[in-house]
Amino acid sequence: MSYVTRADLGGQEGHGAVVPEPEGELFHADWEPRALALTLAMGATGCWNLDQSRAARETLPDYARLTYYQIWIAALERLLAERGLAGADEIAAGRALHAPARVPRVLGADQVAAALARGAPTARPVAAPARFAVGQRVRTTAAVPDHHTRLPGYLRGRVGTVESVHGAHVFADAHARGAGEDPRWLYTVVFDARALWGPGADPRHRVSFDAWEPYLESA
Amino acid sequence: MAHARDDHDHHDDHDHSALDETELRVRALETVLVQKGYVDPAALDALIDTYTTRIGPQNGARVVARAWVDPDYRARLLADATAAIAELGYSGRQGEHMVAVENTPARHNVVVCTLCSCYPWPVLGLPPTWYKSAPYRSRVVRDPRGVLAEFGVVLPPETEIRVWDSTAEVRYLVIPQRPAGTAALSEAQLADLVSRDAMIGTALVGTTPVRRGA
Repeated sequence: MSYVTRADLGGQEGHGAVVPEPEGELFHADWEPRALALTLAMGATGCWNLDQSRAARETLPDYARLTYYQIWIAALERLLAERGLAGADEIAAGRALHAPARVPRVLGADQVAAALARGAPTARPVAAPARFAVGQRVRTTAAVPDHHTRLPGYLRGRVGTVESVHGAHVFADAHARGAGEDPRWLYTVVFDARALWGPGADPRHRVSFDAWEPYLESA
Repeated sequence: MAHARDDHDHHDDHDHSALDETELRVRALETVLVQKGYVDPAALDALIDTYTTRIGPQNGARVVARAWVDPDYRARLLADATAAIAELGYSGRQGEHMVAVENTPARHNVVVCTLCSCYPWPVLGLPPTWYKSAPYRSRVVRDPRGVLAEFGVVLPPETEIRVWDSTAEVRYLVIPQRPAGTAALSEAQLADLVSRDAMIGTALVGTTPVRRGA
């Protein structure tokens, strides 16, 4: 296995208590809003897609000790370097040292409101019919892929019930690898907590997630 | 007063220099990306302004209040949340495919993204730090009652808890229960009661207006 995600945290022990935070506290340092804006503006250039940026973040070796906006910045630097857009030498120097590469788009200030309001919908038409129906029992795959995936470890190899069908959506596993959108049917699958955490779990606790069809088989 | 402590506290000094390092790095990155023509500095300012002044939990609170006062709107919201939320003018990035989930005496809903930080930006704005951090992401799927207790929320044992792990591009908005004793309030006054956390599922709605801060 060469692909290692450090972001698959569901069910892990030992992370301590949650620290709530008042509603108005959006940022905790002056650089954080700049990090947010740089990440969004570079995302808007079209040099990578959202799944590729998630993959760049979750595979950072020091993911666990970085704050969230530090993760975003480290992943941004990585994506820029991998695509020859900006190098570590330039960030160290604090100025451009090499000629710019071509980017598909540059987000202008006057385009921000429209671009955000439009977003990037992922629903796509597909010819194949949905394999599963609401109410059907399904088992998630136990296989651990050697690439980005959105099937969390704690939900692998578990039996649940299809609760809703969302149409076909861009398949994150393919999209993150630059293998195109490869749209697949997307389902909400719900699990009894006892199927995830054992017979001692709360019988009135259920967990659901959104699963692309390749994650599922009939149970 | 924080400065006086810094003089004695190695941890604070350490954190402080680490932040300075990131600050310098982000500044350098911005300079390089602007010089190369990939980003427009005015667009950066517009993005920050949008998420600090225009897009935040006040938007979701309006959706919730409308659902509380207008049964037809509530029905549309539960049937097609993306369209119903767009009726109030909210749409787009990280809210392209919305689902509204309603709390009832029988069921309480809580939203998480165990894999990263997926969150319904058009209605709630930017996620709080705890939502993106390891304690919440690791524990809420396993021990939701324990996590809710840390937020001061204790539910009756007979109430089912449903945790929604946002693993694809569907984004979830919790419609909290309307508190008793609010029949006389206007829709706008009701919206003022609805906190960000109540729309994630880690708080209940009380009868005191929320401090949104700025």
